Amino acid sequence: MARLINRIRFGRGLVLLVCGIYFAVPMAASLWFSIDDNKGGTTFRAYTELLNAPGFSDSLVLSLELAAVTVAVLLLLLVPAVLAARLGAPKLRPVIEVMCSMPLVVPVVALTTGIIGVLRWGPDYLQDTPFFQTIVAIQDPDFPIVLVIAYVLMALPFAYRAIDSGLRGVDVVTLVEAARNCGAGWLRAVFTVVLPNLRSALLNAAVLTVALVLGEFTTASILGFAPFSVWINTNGKSDGQMSVAVSMLSLLIVWLVLLLMSAAGRGRRTARS
Amino acid sequence: MTTAPTPVPANASAAQRGGGVPGSVSPAPASARTAKAPRPGRRRAGGSRAWLAALPLLLFFVIGFGLPAVAIAIGAFTTSTDAPDGGGTFTTDNLTNSLQGAYWTALWGSVKLSLLTALIATVVGLPLAQAVATSRFRMFREAVMSASGVLANFGGVPLAFMFVATLGNAGEVTTSLGLTKHGWSLYTFSGLSVVYLYFLVPLMVITITPALEGLKTQWREAAANNGATSVQYWRHVALPVLLPSLLGGFVLLFGASFAAYATAEAMVGSSVPLISMQIGDALSGNVLVGQGNLALALGLDMIVVACLVMALYLPLQRRSAKWLA
Repeated sequence: MARLINRIRFGRGLVLLVCGIYFAVPMAASLWFSIDDNKGGTTFRAYTELLNAPGFSDSLVLSLELAAVTVAVLLLLLVPAVLAARLGAPKLRPVIEVMCSMPLVVPVVALTTGIIGVLRWGPDYLQDTPFFQTIVAIQDPDFPIVLVIAYVLMALPFAYRAIDSGLRGVDVVTLVEAARNCGAGWLRAVFTVVLPNLRSALLNAAVLTVALVLGEFTTASILGFAPFSVWINTNGKSDGQMSVAVSMLSLLIVWLVLLLMSAAGRGRRTARS
Repeated sequence: MTTAPTPVPANASAAQRGGGVPGSVSPAPASARTAKAPRPGRRRAGGSRAWLAALPLLLFFVIGFGLPAVAIAIGAFTTSTDAPDGGGTFTTDNLTNSLQGAYWTALWGSVKLSLLTALIATVVGLPLAQAVATSRFRMFREAVMSASGVLANFGGVPLAFMFVATLGNAGEVTTSLGLTKHGWSLYTFSGLSVVYLYFLVPLMVITITPALEGLKTQWREAAANNGATSVQYWRHVALPVLLPSLLGGFVLLFGASFAAYATAEAMVGSSVPLISMQIGDALSGNVLVGQGNLALALGLDMIVVACLVMALYLPLQRRSAKWLA
């Protein structure tokens, strides 16, 4: 028995060691690469010159704006629909479920080809109609709405799953009935009873969406816009060291955002109980 | 009919969770029973309003997803506007061309890469997840899970640059170990596989951990009491229970790897033939005159492969969810 336990411990240790090396080495090497001055010393040039790099702050701001708008649009569209399916129309639920799984089936590159196909209709067929103006407007490089549409679609499956699993632990029907019996209106019941119960689920959905938008490259690069990830790639062709530095920073930022958001969710929960 | 079974596990799990408090056990099933009675009358009143609340999502989906889908479906089967006949006529040339020559090589390359990386990630991810899930240190478990969450989402350009800095031609590890002399190059099929595993293994850990936590200690004890060795337990009890989740995870990883674009684009450009690279190329106008719609046909190819994969995944997902209830 003791030998068996020893063997299990050893096996576990080996697995953890090998995986630990595989995951730690690229991070350590990248960190070293970003501060190596190729003369045996260290330099923090890549980090200090970052803020002055052309396009850095613009692209970062654009990415953050896109993330904020995407989260807002996504929750505004998804939450009423999911709640309605739970509360009033059970037949709606499979419809929403199918709708929210569809984007999973379509790879992002393929979705992007479809979007380009639609955008091409503008100059090809719709030249003299008001639709043409719309198609031009959603491609405004200062704030490309077309990217928000694509991002909402991409985030839909993950956000739906987060909210749905949150709803599974809450008996929404009873909660709303109780609130209504106490004289609350529909809006009041939803805003003061249902949504607070879903706080961590909504937070989860938002976190996943933010992470997705900040890292998204495919659609933005093919459509020719320049949010943060596209900037890293372009800049990397000219200044490899700085791009590795930014990559490390972006990993750190994503991690911090996720940590902060989950800590915020946990803090509120304990504060309430 | 399809919605009927779903509330049952939901209520059951709610009742289970409240099991510690005697008072909270009865309300959940009771409400489930009584809720049936008053609903039909109210449903009609709330029904139309409920559809109204879902209307924005439906509309958004039709425009945002439906239109591109239609564009692909139409575009893949018609000639493009730069074609000699002015475009818009029905043709299957786009599809035929998209399954020939360099494009076929790229599609096959993508499938091969996805199969290989998904397989390795599954085989590595399971023991890793097990080692973490059975760890005695709660802090360690939570740290690994959150790190997995970050790394699984950490595809794309930063990942590519990190590996270029590590194992690229001038990378730190390459130069200090002299790997180039041994024939190593990051910009190949195997190099790309090593990079893909960096986000696929964590993804597997996240996917399989709930299933591992669903393995009940009693099963292991029962097996041990009946004289089963550790190997027999895994062979006859744990693996069969885990199999749907494992296969589901494999399919998920295949999909993630198949659809990946950013990492390969930032790292190898088009030196490794991949279907997503070819689509990106074709979309930026890098095709023969008159083949402007080829990219749409390539997109359709990709969707078909992904659909086949998902058709496997969804039933498996449902199957594995049963054990976790």
